[in-house]
Amino acid sequence: MSAPLSADLAQIGKSVVIKGELSGSEDLYVDGQVEGSIALKNHSLTVGPNGQVKASVEAKGIVVQGKLEGNVQASDRVELRKSAVVTGDISTQRISIEEGAYLKGKVDIQGKADKASGK
Amino acid sequence: MASVTLNFMKLFRGSSGSPAQTPQVPQKLTRRSSGLGELSRLWDSETPLCVLDLGSTSAANIRFFTERTHKIYSEDLLVASTEPHLVTKDEQGATILDSRKFLADNLQYPAAHFDVVLCWNLPDYLDESLVRPVMGRLWSVLKPGGMLLAFFHTKDAGPDSPCYRFHIVEKDILEMQRIMMRREARRGPTGAIHTAVVDSFRLQRVFNNRHIETLFRDFASIKFFLARDNVREVLVVR
Repeated sequence: MSAPLSADLAQIGKSVVIKGELSGSEDLYVDGQVEGSIALKNHSLTVGPNGQVKASVEAKGIVVQGKLEGNVQASDRVELRKSAVVTGDISTQRISIEEGAYLKGKVDIQGKADKASGK
Repeated sequence: MASVTLNFMKLFRGSSGSPAQTPQVPQKLTRRSSGLGELSRLWDSETPLCVLDLGSTSAANIRFFTERTHKIYSEDLLVASTEPHLVTKDEQGATILDSRKFLADNLQYPAAHFDVVLCWNLPDYLDESLVRPVMGRLWSVLKPGGMLLAFFHTKDAGPDSPCYRFHIVEKDILEMQRIMMRREARRGPTGAIHTAVVDSFRLQRVFNNRHIETLFRDFASIKFFLARDNVREVLVVR
Protein backbone atom coordinates (compact mmCIF):
# COMPACT_ATOMS: atom_id res chain seq x y z
CA MET A 1 0.00 0.00 0.00
CA SER A 2 1.44 3.37 -0.95
CA ALA A 3 1.25 6.37 1.31
CA PRO A 4 -1.54 8.84 0.65
CA LEU A 5 -0.30 11.99 -1.05
CA SER A 6 -1.36 15.33 0.32
CA ALA A 7 0.20 18.77 0.48
CA ASP A 8 -0.69 19.01 4.19
CA LEU A 9 0.75 15.66 5.11
CA ALA A 10 4.33 15.13 6.19
CA GLN A 11 5.62 11.66 5.40
CA ILE A 12 8.35 9.48 6.80
CA GLY A 13 9.11 6.81 4.24
CA LYS A 14 9.75 3.18 5.02
CA SER A 15 13.54 3.45 4.72
CA VAL A 16 13.77 6.37 7.16
CA VAL A 17 14.84 5.88 10.79
CA ILE A 18 14.38 8.70 13.30
CA LYS A 19 15.37 8.79 16.95
CA GLY A 20 14.32 11.70 19.13
CA GLU A 21 11.42 14.08 19.71
CA LEU A 22 9.09 14.69 16.80
CA SER A 23 6.60 17.55 16.96
CA GLY A 24 4.67 19.44 14.34
CA SER A 25 1.59 21.31 13.29
CA GLU A 26 0.55 19.21 10.33
CA ASP A 27 -0.64 15.64 9.85
CA LEU A 28 2.09 13.00 9.81
CA TYR A 29 2.30 9.65 8.04
CA VAL A 30 4.99 7.31 9.36
CA ASP A 31 5.88 4.27 7.31
CA GLY A 32 9.45 4.07 8.64
CA GLN A 33 10.92 3.71 12.12
CA VAL A 34 10.55 6.31 14.85
CA GLU A 35 11.89 5.99 18.37
CA GLY A 36 11.33 8.66 21.02
CA SER A 37 8.20 10.78 21.20
CA ILE A 38 5.67 12.24 18.76
CA ALA A 39 3.56 15.30 19.60
CA LEU A 40 1.07 16.61 17.06
CA LYS A 41 -1.37 18.49 19.28
CA ASN A 42 -4.16 19.31 16.83
CA HIS A 43 -3.20 17.00 14.03
CA SER A 44 -3.28 13.36 13.10
CA LEU A 45 -0.71 10.61 13.04
CA THR A 46 -0.97 7.60 10.77
CA VAL A 47 1.37 4.69 11.29
CA GLY A 48 1.50 2.96 7.91
CA PRO A 49 1.64 -0.80 7.36
CA ASN A 50 5.46 -0.75 7.38
CA GLY A 51 5.67 1.73 10.23
CA GLN A 52 7.43 0.78 13.47
CA VAL A 53 6.99 3.41 16.14
CA LYS A 54 8.49 3.07 19.59
CA ALA A 55 7.35 6.29 21.17
CA SER A 56 4.85 8.00 23.37
CA VAL A 57 2.35 9.60 21.04
CA GLU A 58 0.10 12.61 21.51
CA ALA A 59 -2.14 13.69 18.65
CA LYS A 60 -5.71 14.60 17.80
CA GLY A 61 -6.32 11.44 15.81
CA ILE A 62 -4.19 8.33 15.51
CA VAL A 63 -4.55 5.60 12.91
CA VAL A 64 -2.40 2.50 13.26
CA GLN A 65 -1.79 -0.02 10.51
CA GLY A 66 1.71 -1.10 11.58
CA LYS A 67 3.51 -1.49 14.91
CA LEU A 68 3.26 0.99 17.74
CA GLU A 69 4.91 0.51 21.10
CA GLY A 70 4.30 3.23 23.67
CA ASN A 71 1.50 5.08 25.38
CA VAL A 72 -1.00 6.79 23.14
CA GLN A 73 -3.03 9.88 23.93
CA ALA A 74 -5.53 11.10 21.37
CA SER A 75 -7.73 14.12 21.99
CA ASP A 76 -10.25 12.83 19.44
CA ARG A 77 -10.01 9.25 18.21
CA VAL A 78 -7.83 6.17 17.76
CA GLU A 79 -8.30 3.67 14.95
CA LEU A 80 -6.57 0.30 15.04
CA ARG A 81 -6.70 -1.29 11.61
CA LYS A 82 -6.62 -5.07 11.16
CA SER A 83 -2.83 -5.20 10.77
CA ALA A 84 -2.16 -3.02 13.84
CA VAL A 85 0.04 -4.32 16.64
CA VAL A 86 -0.11 -1.93 19.58
CA THR A 87 1.64 -2.36 22.92
CA GLY A 88 0.85 0.45 25.32
CA ASP A 89 -1.96 2.25 27.07
CA ILE A 90 -4.50 4.17 25.01
CA SER A 91 -6.30 7.23 26.25
CA THR A 92 -8.84 8.72 23.86
CA GLN A 93 -12.41 9.92 23.46
CA ARG A 94 -13.28 7.38 20.79
CA ILE A 95 -11.71 4.18 19.57
CA SER A 96 -12.37 1.79 16.72
CA ILE A 97 -10.69 -1.58 16.41
CA GLU A 98 -10.82 -3.76 13.33
CA GLU A 99 -10.95 -7.51 13.68
CA GLY A 100 -7.43 -8.92 13.69
CA ALA A 101 -5.84 -5.91 15.39
CA TYR A 102 -3.66 -6.76 18.39
CA LEU A 103 -3.64 -4.63 21.52
CA LYS A 104 -1.67 -5.20 24.67
CA GLY A 105 -2.51 -2.45 27.12
CA LYS A 106 -5.19 -0.42 28.82
CA VAL A 107 -7.99 1.46 27.10
CA ASP A 108 -9.19 4.54 28.89
CA ILE A 109 -12.05 6.43 27.27
CA GLN A 110 -11.95 10.03 28.38
CA GLY A 111 -15.02 12.21 28.11
CA LYS A 112 -14.64 15.88 27.29
CA ALA A 113 -15.43 16.68 30.94
CA ASP A 114 -12.60 14.36 32.08
CA LYS A 115 -10.14 16.09 29.80
CA ALA A 116 -11.20 19.55 30.94
CA SER A 117 -10.73 18.61 34.59
CA GLY A 118 -7.47 16.82 33.83
CA LYS A 119 -8.67 13.46 35.20
CA MET B 1 13.81 -32.65 -3.46
CA ALA B 2 10.09 -33.30 -3.33
CA SER B 3 10.31 -34.38 0.31
CA VAL B 4 12.29 -31.25 1.16
CA THR B 5 9.60 -29.13 -0.44
CA LEU B 6 6.90 -31.12 1.33
CA ASN B 7 8.59 -30.62 4.71
CA PHE B 8 9.12 -26.94 3.98
CA MET B 9 5.43 -26.49 3.18
CA LYS B 10 4.52 -28.52 6.25
CA LEU B 11 6.34 -25.96 8.36
CA PHE B 12 3.95 -23.32 7.15
CA ARG B 13 0.81 -25.43 7.20
CA GLY B 14 1.43 -27.23 10.45
CA SER B 15 1.49 -30.96 10.93
CA SER B 16 -2.04 -31.37 12.17
CA GLY B 17 -3.52 -32.18 8.80
CA SER B 18 -4.62 -30.33 5.71
CA PRO B 19 -7.52 -27.87 5.84
CA ALA B 20 -9.67 -30.42 4.00
CA GLN B 21 -9.48 -32.75 7.01
CA THR B 22 -10.60 -30.09 9.48
CA PRO B 23 -14.16 -30.76 10.63
CA GLN B 24 -16.67 -28.11 9.67
CA VAL B 25 -17.36 -26.00 12.72
CA PRO B 26 -19.39 -22.78 12.65
CA GLN B 27 -17.08 -19.79 12.78
CA LYS B 28 -19.39 -17.80 15.05
CA LEU B 29 -21.66 -19.05 17.81
CA THR B 30 -23.71 -17.34 20.45
CA ARG B 31 -23.99 -18.83 23.91
CA ARG B 32 -25.41 -17.90 27.26
CA SER B 33 -22.78 -17.71 29.99
CA SER B 34 -23.86 -18.30 33.58
CA GLY B 35 -20.43 -17.25 34.85
CA LEU B 36 -20.57 -13.98 32.98
CA GLY B 37 -24.13 -13.49 34.22
CA GLU B 38 -22.89 -13.95 37.78
CA LEU B 39 -20.19 -11.33 37.18
CA SER B 40 -22.64 -8.90 35.64
CA ARG B 41 -23.86 -7.62 38.98
CA LEU B 42 -20.44 -5.95 39.27
CA TRP B 43 -20.80 -4.01 36.01
CA ASP B 44 -23.27 -1.52 37.54
CA SER B 45 -20.69 -0.46 40.11
CA GLU B 46 -20.35 3.33 40.26
CA THR B 47 -16.68 2.92 41.13
CA PRO B 48 -14.75 2.23 37.91
CA LEU B 49 -13.55 -1.35 37.85
CA CYS B 50 -10.26 -2.63 36.46
CA VAL B 51 -10.95 -5.53 34.12
CA LEU B 52 -8.26 -7.69 32.48
CA ASP B 53 -9.32 -9.46 29.27
CA LEU B 54 -6.88 -12.25 28.39
CA GLY B 55 -8.54 -13.25 25.13
CA SER B 56 -7.98 -11.94 21.62
CA THR B 57 -8.38 -8.19 21.30
CA SER B 58 -12.12 -7.59 21.14
CA ALA B 59 -13.65 -4.28 20.14
CA ALA B 60 -16.96 -5.51 21.57
CA ASN B 61 -15.47 -6.15 25.00
CA ILE B 62 -13.64 -2.83 25.02
CA ARG B 63 -16.89 -1.07 24.09
CA PHE B 64 -18.86 -3.04 26.70
CA PHE B 65 -16.62 -1.97 29.57
CA THR B 66 -15.67 1.55 28.51
CA GLU B 67 -19.36 2.42 27.98
CA ARG B 68 -19.81 1.54 31.64
CA THR B 69 -16.82 3.76 32.58
CA HIS B 70 -14.70 0.78 33.62
CA LYS B 71 -11.05 0.44 32.65
CA ILE B 72 -10.20 -2.51 30.45
CA TYR B 73 -6.79 -4.02 29.90
CA SER B 74 -6.33 -6.32 26.92
CA GLU B 75 -3.57 -8.91 26.75
CA ASP B 76 -3.70 -11.94 24.45
CA LEU B 77 -1.64 -14.52 26.30
CA LEU B 78 -2.13 -17.28 23.73
CA VAL B 79 -0.58 -15.14 21.02
CA ALA B 80 2.13 -14.01 23.44
CA SER B 81 2.98 -17.66 24.13
CA THR B 82 3.95 -18.12 20.46
CA GLU B 83 6.95 -15.77 20.74
CA PRO B 84 9.95 -17.72 19.36
CA HIS B 85 12.36 -16.60 22.09
CA LEU B 86 10.33 -18.50 24.71
CA VAL B 87 11.22 -21.90 23.27
CA THR B 88 13.74 -23.78 25.38
CA LYS B 89 14.56 -27.30 26.64
CA ASP B 90 13.95 -28.74 30.10
CA GLU B 91 16.44 -30.97 31.98
CA GLN B 92 15.19 -34.04 30.08
CA GLY B 93 15.68 -32.29 26.74
CA ALA B 94 11.98 -31.86 26.06
CA THR B 95 10.87 -28.67 24.35
CA ILE B 96 9.07 -26.32 26.72
CA LEU B 97 8.34 -22.61 26.99
CA ASP B 98 10.37 -20.53 29.44
CA SER B 99 7.83 -19.37 32.03
CA ARG B 100 10.24 -16.86 33.60
CA LYS B 101 10.77 -15.10 30.29
CA PHE B 102 7.04 -15.26 29.62
CA LEU B 103 6.16 -13.62 32.92
CA ALA B 104 8.91 -11.03 32.45
CA ASP B 105 7.22 -9.98 29.19
CA ASN B 106 3.57 -10.41 30.15
CA LEU B 107 1.12 -9.78 33.00
CA GLN B 108 3.32 -6.99 34.34
CA TYR B 109 0.87 -5.26 36.67
CA PRO B 110 0.98 -4.07 40.27
CA ALA B 111 -0.22 -6.53 42.90
CA ALA B 112 -3.95 -6.48 43.66
CA HIS B 113 -4.72 -4.30 40.62
CA PHE B 114 -7.74 -5.97 39.01
CA ASP B 115 -11.33 -6.46 40.10
CA VAL B 116 -12.07 -8.99 37.37
CA VAL B 117 -9.94 -11.22 35.13
CA LEU B 118 -11.57 -12.78 32.06
CA CYS B 119 -9.47 -15.85 31.33
CA TRP B 120 -11.94 -17.41 28.89
CA ASN B 121 -10.50 -20.73 27.59
CA LEU B 122 -6.86 -19.84 28.20
CA PRO B 123 -5.93 -22.71 30.60
CA ASP B 124 -7.11 -25.36 28.11
CA TYR B 125 -4.98 -24.03 25.24
CA LEU B 126 -1.95 -22.59 27.01
CA ASP B 127 1.28 -24.60 26.93
CA GLU B 128 1.62 -26.89 29.98
CA SER B 129 4.80 -25.16 31.16
CA LEU B 130 2.97 -21.82 31.47
CA VAL B 131 -0.33 -22.78 33.09
CA ARG B 132 0.62 -22.82 36.78
CA PRO B 133 3.00 -19.83 36.62
CA VAL B 134 0.31 -17.79 34.84
CA MET B 135 -2.39 -18.73 37.36
CA GLY B 136 0.00 -17.78 40.18
CA ARG B 137 0.58 -14.37 38.60
CA LEU B 138 -3.15 -13.87 38.07
CA TRP B 139 -3.77 -14.56 41.75
CA SER B 140 -1.31 -11.84 42.68
CA VAL B 141 -2.68 -9.19 40.32
CA LEU B 142 -6.29 -9.77 41.43
CA LYS B 143 -7.58 -7.73 44.35
CA PRO B 144 -8.67 -9.71 47.41
CA GLY B 145 -12.31 -10.47 46.62
CA GLY B 146 -11.61 -10.03 42.91
CA MET B 147 -13.08 -12.59 40.51
CA LEU B 148 -11.69 -14.67 37.65
CA LEU B 149 -13.78 -16.39 34.99
CA ALA B 150 -12.39 -19.35 33.05
CA PHE B 151 -13.89 -21.96 30.72
CA PHE B 152 -12.85 -25.61 30.65
CA HIS B 153 -13.76 -28.35 28.21
CA THR B 154 -15.23 -31.57 29.54
CA LYS B 155 -13.71 -34.98 28.80
CA ASP B 156 -15.85 -35.28 25.66
CA ALA B 157 -13.70 -32.69 23.92
CA GLY B 158 -11.18 -33.89 21.36
CA PRO B 159 -7.82 -32.33 20.51
CA ASP B 160 -9.39 -30.59 17.52
CA SER B 161 -11.91 -28.71 19.63
CA PRO B 162 -11.85 -25.25 18.08
CA CYS B 163 -10.33 -22.36 19.96
CA TYR B 164 -12.55 -19.29 20.13
CA ARG B 165 -12.27 -15.63 20.85
CA PHE B 166 -15.03 -14.28 23.06
CA HIS B 167 -17.05 -11.12 22.53
CA ILE B 168 -19.49 -9.92 25.17
CA VAL B 169 -22.83 -9.19 23.51
CA GLU B 170 -25.02 -8.75 26.59
CA LYS B 171 -24.57 -9.21 30.31
CA ASP B 172 -24.76 -12.98 30.02
CA ILE B 173 -24.48 -13.54 26.26
CA LEU B 174 -21.23 -14.22 24.45
CA GLU B 175 -20.43 -14.42 20.79
CA MET B 176 -17.75 -17.02 20.16
CA GLN B 177 -15.65 -16.55 17.06
CA ARG B 178 -13.39 -19.34 15.90
CA ILE B 179 -9.66 -18.56 15.73
CA MET B 180 -8.50 -19.96 12.38
CA MET B 181 -4.77 -19.30 12.16
CA ARG B 182 -1.91 -18.54 14.50
CA ARG B 183 1.85 -18.19 14.58
CA GLU B 184 3.94 -21.00 15.99
CA ALA B 185 7.60 -21.03 16.98
CA ARG B 186 9.58 -24.15 16.12
CA ARG B 187 13.22 -25.03 16.57
CA GLY B 188 14.73 -26.43 13.40
CA PRO B 189 17.40 -29.15 13.11
CA THR B 190 20.19 -26.54 13.22
CA GLY B 191 18.80 -25.08 16.44
CA ALA B 192 17.46 -21.98 14.69
CA ILE B 193 13.95 -20.91 15.65
CA HIS B 194 11.43 -20.46 12.86
CA THR B 195 8.03 -18.85 13.00
CA ALA B 196 5.30 -20.60 11.04
CA VAL B 197 1.64 -19.84 10.40
CA VAL B 198 -0.38 -22.93 11.30
CA ASP B 199 -3.93 -23.95 12.10
CA SER B 200 -5.58 -22.58 15.22
CA PHE B 201 -4.47 -23.28 18.78
CA ARG B 202 -4.91 -26.89 19.82
CA LEU B 203 -6.50 -28.12 23.01
CA GLN B 204 -3.58 -29.04 25.27
CA ARG B 205 -5.42 -31.06 27.90
CA VAL B 206 -8.76 -31.61 29.60
CA PHE B 207 -8.85 -30.73 33.28
CA ASN B 208 -11.10 -32.76 35.54
CA ASN B 209 -12.79 -31.03 38.48
CA ARG B 210 -10.04 -32.03 40.89
CA HIS B 211 -7.36 -30.60 38.58
CA ILE B 212 -9.31 -27.37 38.36
CA GLU B 213 -9.62 -27.18 42.14
CA THR B 214 -5.87 -27.76 42.44
CA LEU B 215 -5.14 -25.13 39.83
CA PHE B 216 -7.08 -22.56 41.85
CA ARG B 217 -6.17 -23.85 45.31
CA ASP B 218 -4.81 -20.46 46.42
CA PHE B 219 -8.15 -18.78 45.73
CA ALA B 220 -10.77 -18.33 48.45
CA SER B 221 -13.70 -19.92 46.64
CA ILE B 222 -14.60 -21.69 43.43
CA LYS B 223 -17.94 -22.14 41.70
CA PHE B 224 -18.68 -24.45 38.75
CA PHE B 225 -21.36 -23.97 36.09
CA LEU B 226 -21.93 -26.80 33.60
CA ALA B 227 -23.19 -25.55 30.27
CA ARG B 228 -25.06 -27.49 27.57
CA ASP B 229 -22.13 -27.34 25.18
CA ASN B 230 -19.93 -29.47 27.47
CA VAL B 231 -18.01 -26.48 28.72
CA ARG B 232 -17.57 -25.97 32.45
CA GLU B 233 -17.50 -22.36 33.47
CA VAL B 234 -15.52 -21.66 36.59
CA LEU B 235 -15.75 -18.52 38.66
CA VAL B 236 -13.13 -18.15 41.36
CA VAL B 237 -12.75 -15.48 44.01
CA ARG B 238 -9.39 -14.46 45.39
